[in-house]
Amino acid sequence: MKRLIKIELQKLLLNRTSKILIFISFILPLCVILLSSIKINFFGFFTLELGELGIFNFPIIWQITTYFSALFKFFFAIVVVSMVGNEYSNKTLKQNLIDGLTKKEFILSKFYVIIFFSLVSTVIIFILSLILGLIYSSYDEFNIIIREMEFLIAYFVKLVGFFSFCLFLGVLAKRSAFALAFLFIDLILEWIVLGVITWKGNYELAQKVQGLFPLTSMSNLIKQPFQRIAMTKFPGNSDIIYDYSVHFETVLIVITWTLIFIYSSFSILKKRDL
Amino acid sequence: MNSILNISNLTKKFGHLTAVKNLSFNIEKGNVYGILGPNGSGKSTTLGIVLNVVNKTSGEFHWYDGSLTTHQALKKVGAIIERPNFYPYMTAYQNLKLVCRIKEISHDSINKTLEIVGLLNRKDYVFDNFSLGMKQRLAIASALLNDPEILILDEPTNGLDPQGIHQIREIIKKIAEAGTTILLASHLLDEVEKVCSHVVVLNKGVNIFSGRVDELISSNGFFELKTSQQDELIDLIDSHTNFVRTKIEGELITAFLKLPMEAEEFNKLLFKNGIILSHLVKRKESLEEQFLQLTENE
Repeated sequence: MKRLIKIELQKLLLNRTSKILIFISFILPLCVILLSSIKINFFGFFTLELGELGIFNFPIIWQITTYFSALFKFFFAIVVVSMVGNEYSNKTLKQNLIDGLTKKEFILSKFYVIIFFSLVSTVIIFILSLILGLIYSSYDEFNIIIREMEFLIAYFVKLVGFFSFCLFLGVLAKRSAFALAFLFIDLILEWIVLGVITWKGNYELAQKVQGLFPLTSMSNLIKQPFQRIAMTKFPGNSDIIYDYSVHFETVLIVITWTLIFIYSSFSILKKRDL
Repeated sequence: MNSILNISNLTKKFGHLTAVKNLSFNIEKGNVYGILGPNGSGKSTTLGIVLNVVNKTSGEFHWYDGSLTTHQALKKVGAIIERPNFYPYMTAYQNLKLVCRIKEISHDSINKTLEIVGLLNRKDYVFDNFSLGMKQRLAIASALLNDPEILILDEPTNGLDPQGIHQIREIIKKIAEAGTTILLASHLLDEVEKVCSHVVVLNKGVNIFSGRVDELISSNGFFELKTSQQDELIDLIDSHTNFVRTKIEGELITAFLKLPMEAEEFNKLLFKNGIILSHLVKRKESLEEQFLQLTENE
């Protein structure tokens, strides 16, 4: 496993474009979160301090940091898609196999790197949120801190699932641009499914069905935190109450998709003549 | 254990097209093999199958008498296919380091193989900036990293300039002299004639000859003749049992021998029959002519 990760990391980190994209997708969200924690003084007119909104309170901070940094996953998605696309366009996939890599090892090396980067990202988010929370949170009892840390698990599963989807599309389409187009098409398809079922049946059923699809299930893992922030400000308003927690079924759906994507990538590659 | 690769009844179909049909041959240690065939005769497909990048339709192949899996065997094989395939953004050294990691061997041999192909002073240059000749030499260096027992080369001089072709040939000769088994696929016949001891000739995916190169060229040769008494000469040749056929191109008559016959003896015979020649040459077919005959017959 170490060998496969080393092989893949060498391919990625010596390539300047992917190095920049990796940097953007993992470091940029941290900068944004860090910046938001700073008290910004607008020329003495007023000061903006997001910390005062309570977004750095435990346990809501886990949801907020994971939700926002997950938005930057698209940059690494480009890396994943191009790390397959480039192997096709440079014909290095063929050469790798001739040199003695098996098709299974080829897919696994990419998958391990996906897990590796997702893990690194999760750990960074964990440390950063912990530090920010300890500085700004109004509550710092141990019980409250560890509450809702399942958002970190959801974040990790979400990243691995999304990047595995990209890997699969990359293997399927062979070219980076087409793979990203497929990703976009799937996004539209999932909304069409929602629309059609709502039209023929009802919205509740449609949402349930849509939740089985890859992109929707991934986005359901960590729901948007805005309503929740509003809820803390206006606790009496029952209109804005919603279920923001991480559901075990959603995690299971995403893990199932991940396994399907990795296995199909392997079986597509196995059948293909290079 | 002398057999390195054993292919039996290998078939590959791409849809309706049969690229390789019931192909069988053996690669034994220490020989230099050439696979000959016109473009599209199934050379690259065959190599692709044994190198695990193309799936076979039916048939069998075994590396080292089946004692190793294909995947294990490939780590002992050095192979380059058609075009040199490397990561364009990595330097020569980095590219070879990656191959070492894939083959699970130490990095020590990188400098040595770069030296053999004359690229040591270019090792920190990015692959993208290499000329085609240099790329191809880097590919050979990469194939030599694991000190392979067999080197597989598919059209190694394709697209190179005369100097490049010469350099690659010299390297191949050097490797062959060191006792490495080589399997060379090419449609350049003089290339095969110069370096190979054994040859497999493919046409439309079918094996039409396999054996030693000198066996393939060992015909009785032919006479090239010119005379003013053309009709008499042709009558005489047609009635003589030593000849198979004649070919007339303008003034030049080519007579192919079925049985061995010396030029002197033939000249004597003609003179006795009152035919005076203005031109008499006895020649043997080159590999090229043999090859064209073979592929024409199919």
